[in-house]
Amino acid sequence: MYKYDEIDQAIVDERVAQYRDQVRRFLAGELTDEEFRPLRLQNGLYIQRHAPMLRIAVPYGTLSSRQLHKLADIAKRYDRGYGHFSTRQNLQLNWPKLEDTPDILAELATVQMHAIQTSGNCIRNITTDQFAGIAPDEIIDPRAVAEIMRQWSTFHPEFALLPRKFKIAVSGTRHDRAIVQAHDIGLEFYYDEQQNMAIKVWVGGGLGRTPILGSVIREHLEWQHVLTYCEAIIRVYNLHGRRDNAFKARIKILVKALGIEEFRRQVEEEWQHLKGSPNTITEAELARVSQYFTAMPYETLPAHDAAFDTAVASNPAFAAWAKRCVHAHKVPGYRAVTLSLKPHGKAPGDATSEQMHVVADLAERYSFGELRVSHEQNLILTDVKLSDLPAIWEIARANGLATPNIGLLTDIICCPGGDFCSLANAKSIPIAEAIQMQFDNLDYLYDIGDIELNISGCMNACGHHHVGHIGILGVDKDGSEWYQVTIGGKQGNDASLGTVIGPSFAAEEMPGVVQRLIEVYLRERTDEERFIDTVRRIGVEPFKSHVYAKEAAHV
Amino acid sequence: MSNLIRNNAIVENEWTTVTLPAGEETIRKQAGKVVMFKLTGEQTCTPEQIAATVIPENGKVIVPLAVWQARKDELAPRLVKGELGLWLATHEPLQTLVDAVDDLNQLPIIAVHVERFADGRIFSIGNLLRTRHGYNNELRAFGDVLRDQLFFLKRCGYDSYQIRADRSAADALAGLQDFSQPYQGAVDESMPVWRRLPRGAQ
Repeated sequence: MYKYDEIDQAIVDERVAQYRDQVRRFLAGELTDEEFRPLRLQNGLYIQRHAPMLRIAVPYGTLSSRQLHKLADIAKRYDRGYGHFSTRQNLQLNWPKLEDTPDILAELATVQMHAIQTSGNCIRNITTDQFAGIAPDEIIDPRAVAEIMRQWSTFHPEFALLPRKFKIAVSGTRHDRAIVQAHDIGLEFYYDEQQNMAIKVWVGGGLGRTPILGSVIREHLEWQHVLTYCEAIIRVYNLHGRRDNAFKARIKILVKALGIEEFRRQVEEEWQHLKGSPNTITEAELARVSQYFTAMPYETLPAHDAAFDTAVASNPAFAAWAKRCVHAHKVPGYRAVTLSLKPHGKAPGDATSEQMHVVADLAERYSFGELRVSHEQNLILTDVKLSDLPAIWEIARANGLATPNIGLLTDIICCPGGDFCSLANAKSIPIAEAIQMQFDNLDYLYDIGDIELNISGCMNACGHHHVGHIGILGVDKDGSEWYQVTIGGKQGNDASLGTVIGPSFAAEEMPGVVQRLIEVYLRERTDEERFIDTVRRIGVEPFKSHVYAKEAAHV
Repeated sequence: MSNLIRNNAIVENEWTTVTLPAGEETIRKQAGKVVMFKLTGEQTCTPEQIAATVIPENGKVIVPLAVWQARKDELAPRLVKGELGLWLATHEPLQTLVDAVDDLNQLPIIAVHVERFADGRIFSIGNLLRTRHGYNNELRAFGDVLRDQLFFLKRCGYDSYQIRADRSAADALAGLQDFSQPYQGAVDESMPVWRRLPRGAQ
């Protein structure tokens, strides 16, 4: 992974000093609440329901063992001994004290971490596929360009105060796992006919209050120009995006208002002036950064391992875990492992300090000292030997990290919701927990098979409910909490937004509603169909009528 | 005590900034729409306001762009004497300013008014004035200008900052030094760090 040089280190150190002084000025009354707000937000500090929330950047979801140990220590010392991994691959602390945040940042800086631009109206953490670099379907590993973009976007002076937040995702795989179509800018890497690295550029996607999938603004962009082209897009947005209404301020609204043709014309015109300017990436700079992302020193291993095969054959629990939590790797004899942060009945994405230490140790021992955070809110060891899987499983299981539910109904994506977040209209964690308990039967979960259930506590959609096969959105009706259900959403190359099935439900009805949706699927599916395929084939109506027919019968 | 920072020092302000008389409030709202979606096409201020704008008879003045456009004949001699600058608000199209004079460098000063700290259009406007339109003279930010914008403003081509009256310019000066080696190329330093310095490869 990328390692800081003196220049990178100086920037995070200077940031700590700058932020420490901003907090000092705020506490001394030299900055009003309103003036401090954009400053603290640019540093990931929200004022929440119970305490501030601090969001720590995990660039494109990559962490070292050393960094995760540090995060565990920080959560222990400054918080309540746990952290929440978010859908943007970051880590959130729910209970830090404002006065402590400069010290937290200073500690983070010692392990080459920060909280820069994890919130606020600026370019946010750049996200990507959690299997970048090792996925068998990968065409191009986008991490080197993602790191170059991280540096470029850090304190970009022209884009420090945009109309609204700005999220970029990069992907270089055949099957998109980074939801590039649901980002302000999505970059899809591929090799063009001349075998040069090129980028298909998407713009104006986003979830939130107005969910829109992105449009292709450029089919073919040579990689050297990615920074200047993004500058052209963001400059047009900075100058013309709405600033009078926060709900209409994302770039997607501007792209819709102008139309993609006119927006493209303005961007191309701007780019003619920027193209070839010094921010054009050189071969040398790409080579410099790429050397941090070369392949791990893999051993030459056979494609099969007898001990692993025996364990699968003799131990059903291990076999279940191997089936759901172990993933293909492009190098023979290696696998990626997802450590589930979705044990049934616990807040999705949460990890205790003890668990973080365990995962850091596992990564150190078995996976070259590195790990990843996925946008599905799990932790991943990317480079594990097949022969080590039984040992990893034992340790993971003993620490509540081996729930064999990855990709299943209980692997729920879920925002912190009304329990923590002051934006939320409704709680989301208790809904997730109730659904997990309703489906706390592995055989039944396996029978249902691959499905994605996403929950957001408000229309800001941090839980990505629009692209869940089943999406649940918390809404406020006259001060009480209700839940709106969508089906048919999907992430990936064939992304789609879900359709609302009808009037919303009370919290206690939700496990039953999901149960009825599943009943329709089990009744209607063909042998090879996943839930989403059945929804796409038969449409929303059969689901709707079953859910609401039973509703009526109960009354 | 002056609250103007120029070239890393607090200096006396030689210029009087002329503002439009009241009536701006409702118009500004509509102006936002004009800029954003070019739907309504209203002017940014009324002819009555422009006519009623009081300009000191002597000395260096910075006048609103709209006033210059409407009262060119009256103000042209002061431009020749080097005693006239123009200011525009962040929601006004930059092209209007570019078209308003034969050569932007006739103007000894251009000022850009930012109404709210969070309005980052001021950065793109500065950048475009310096890089696209070749403007070389004093470029001033005024309005809700506070310490924590200065580093970004400097990087976007501003060299003059009228700090909001209730804040200390001496304190704000420190903001210009927040970072020693920024990553990306911008106006003040066009080279990104990897073109300026040898970078570590352990």
